[in-house]
Amino acid sequence: MSPAENVGSEASTDRTPVTDCDVCVIGAGPAGALVASRLAEAGHEVVVLDAGPRFDPSDRLARQERAIRPFYDRPAVWDGDPERDAHSNDGERFYPLNHARVKGIGGSTLHWQGMVMRLHEADFNSQSERGIGVDWPINYEDLRPYYAAAERELGVAGGDNPFAPPRETPRPMPEFQPSYSDSLFAEACDELGIAMHSVPNARNSESYDGRSGCVGYGTCQPVCPSGAKYDATVHIERAEEAGATVIDRAVVGRLAHDAESITAAEYATPDGEYRQEAEGFVIAAGGVETPRLLLLSESEQYPDGLANSSGTVGKFFMDHLFAGTGGLLDEPTRQGHIGFLTSESHQFYDEADAEVGPFKLEFFNYAGPSPVESALTGDDWGDDLLERLRGEYGTHIGMGALVESIPGEDSSIGLDRDETDAHGNPVPEVHWTVDDRALRTIERANEIQERILNELGAEITWQVGPEDTGPAYHHMGTTRMGEDPTESVVDADCRTHDLDNCWIASSSVFPTGGAMNPTLTIAALALRCAESVDAALRGE
Amino acid sequence: MELSRRDAVAALGALGAGTATAGCLQGSPDGDGDDGGEEAAVRETLVAAAEVLYPSAVDGIDEFVGTFLAGRLDDGPHAAGVRDAVDALETRAEAWYDGNVAALSAEDRDSLLRETGAGAADPDPDGTPAERIRYYIVNELLLALYSSPTGGELVGIENPQGHAGGLDSYQRGPTA
Ligand SMILES: Cc1cc2nc3c(=O)[nH]c(=O)nc-3n(C[C@H](O)[C@H](O)[C@H](O)COP(=O)(O)OP(=O)(O)OC[C@H]3O[C@@H](n4cnc5c(N)ncnc54)[C@H](O)[C@@H]3O)c2cc1C
Ligand code: SF4
Repeated sequence: MSPAENVGSEASTDRTPVTDCDVCVIGAGPAGALVASRLAEAGHEVVVLDAGPRFDPSDRLARQERAIRPFYDRPAVWDGDPERDAHSNDGERFYPLNHARVKGIGGSTLHWQGMVMRLHEADFNSQSERGIGVDWPINYEDLRPYYAAAERELGVAGGDNPFAPPRETPRPMPEFQPSYSDSLFAEACDELGIAMHSVPNARNSESYDGRSGCVGYGTCQPVCPSGAKYDATVHIERAEEAGATVIDRAVVGRLAHDAESITAAEYATPDGEYRQEAEGFVIAAGGVETPRLLLLSESEQYPDGLANSSGTVGKFFMDHLFAGTGGLLDEPTRQGHIGFLTSESHQFYDEADAEVGPFKLEFFNYAGPSPVESALTGDDWGDDLLERLRGEYGTHIGMGALVESIPGEDSSIGLDRDETDAHGNPVPEVHWTVDDRALRTIERANEIQERILNELGAEITWQVGPEDTGPAYHHMGTTRMGEDPTESVVDADCRTHDLDNCWIASSSVFPTGGAMNPTLTIAALALRCAESVDAALRGE
Repeated sequence: MELSRRDAVAALGALGAGTATAGCLQGSPDGDGDDGGEEAAVRETLVAAAEVLYPSAVDGIDEFVGTFLAGRLDDGPHAAGVRDAVDALETRAEAWYDGNVAALSAEDRDSLLRETGAGAADPDPDGTPAERIRYYIVNELLLALYSSPTGGELVGIENPQGHAGGLDSYQRGPTA
């Protein structure tokens, strides 16, 4: 273990391709890691290529120190590299892409918060149930067993939720008990007839799967030093135990192909450029790099990019939006002991229609500044500093909400041909827009938040509303799933319509996003996708 | 409020040094006398700095800082940065106040730290002397204090960020 500046020694590794590879998986986040572990366990020869490094697990505390020290910004906690991760922004709203992802073995789950809920039944049928967006080619019942499997794989702690879709068995671990501030909210919510319930967390409330229970470090986002929070290194290790080869710092820049199939992934490493051939390819590079890689792989056969006969690769880029309200109480609120949420309300979720979208309400356990972070930023010390910290800490209270957004196809990920990354490839161009229904939904969420905080007697001091809303870092929609090959990129099995040996495991396949954090659905789809790849490789 | 060895070990637990080494170096600089002398000097400067950086309500600074440093001063770039920053501070103390930091009155130490520019500087491990003093001395010591249970308690949070304080404290009310 070492302090913040000591991380990052580079081990020498063989990054050459593997012969007789059955499946090449591109991306070692949860989607790629789950697919790789399932397929390796099924006996296939699997290679995983990831653009980022393999992080040393013994550096976790050093990364936590980076998370607290003001010198390091969020991307630096996980060695974000501005050249490797270059991108441009030309939408009506700025999208902070490099705060919204991590490249490396484990992917963005190294940084994530770890809230994991199932989409609701109506989320799969947005057009027919709510009169907006499109229907998925699968429904909740199709995904239900995979959701249960995904909860076991990630290790989910959670309890009853009267608003959640039907489930067969309890989640694998009991829920985290409500916080003290939840109990303050509960009194106000009772008065207003708003039901609170537990939050499903991919975080161990007791030891699970060989990993420790949560010990309360409180820095979950962006780093959990104890391993209690799930991250995808869990499934990378499992894949490797089953014989998979995982190659880090391997940036896939192009997928070589003929008319019907991909033949090789061409990748650049610190030691040279290589080609990985395989029978099947699973692209799991996240909702931005997945469409970019398809667009970068354009050819005479596919002048608009690979798997893009529909013209929808990169289109319909969507994210959930944040709405929040907070303030001060005249009593202690005990914030900042843990870095995750213990209560939410999904009561208003299924009221969604074409005018107002689904949203969920969150009750914060970490409102207001963190004393230790604050201590490192002022120009005071000694008694003056302590007095300031005491003034800042203690009575903050806050609520968040996650809101569905269904933008049009102009919200997109494209290629910026004027700017290239460290490997000479055009960088992704983010053109992010937000639809009016989402803005109305934010207003609705703000109204309820204000009611609750007023009932609590709080002095409201901040609000994130339609004007200054931001993304929740969930990249969806850019290679959407559908039955019609002229309107979608992949079919219900996440296999591309155009190429018979190419699958996509990512929230990029979501046709609509609901308002639930996406990763449990990503995981469920990845497990389902692995079955489809397995069957194809067996010639079924 | 008394800072304990437990606080120092907790701070180390938060900040990335093996707690196994945290105990054994303290007070027993091993082998080479020069190294031992250098470590003792670094410790003396940092304890003196902590006496003005920490609030007056805190006792036990000497042992706390000593135990903490013993776990932080290995051979890596961080330890080298701390030593360089200490050198920079001592050089200024000699030049401006005719004495080493520990020999100065608390008031002069406070002025010295301010005059280096470390108060207003943004912390930067590779920056100007002021920025490095801010990073390796001021913030190093404040981080150790405020990520420890006793430091947190001074502010009202006995399980501060960075400290693995378990799952009870977040459920407890203020009077419990
Ligand atoms: C701050 C934050 C908080 C979050 N909180 C939550 C939450 O509470 N709940 C939730 O459900 N979700 C949350 N998310 C989102 C969650 O992290 C993602 O949904 C999830 O990680 C996506 O998984 P993935 O495998 O599709 O992509 P990623 O995890 O992003 O992994 C993609 C991998 O592909 C690699 N890659 C990219 N391009 C290439 C290339 N060309 N060649 C080779 N490899 C490549 C990358 O290096 C990366 O490792 C959060 C995200 C962030 C940033
Ligand atoms: S509070 Fe968060 S960071 Fe700390 S152990 Fe629990 S999950 Fe990990």
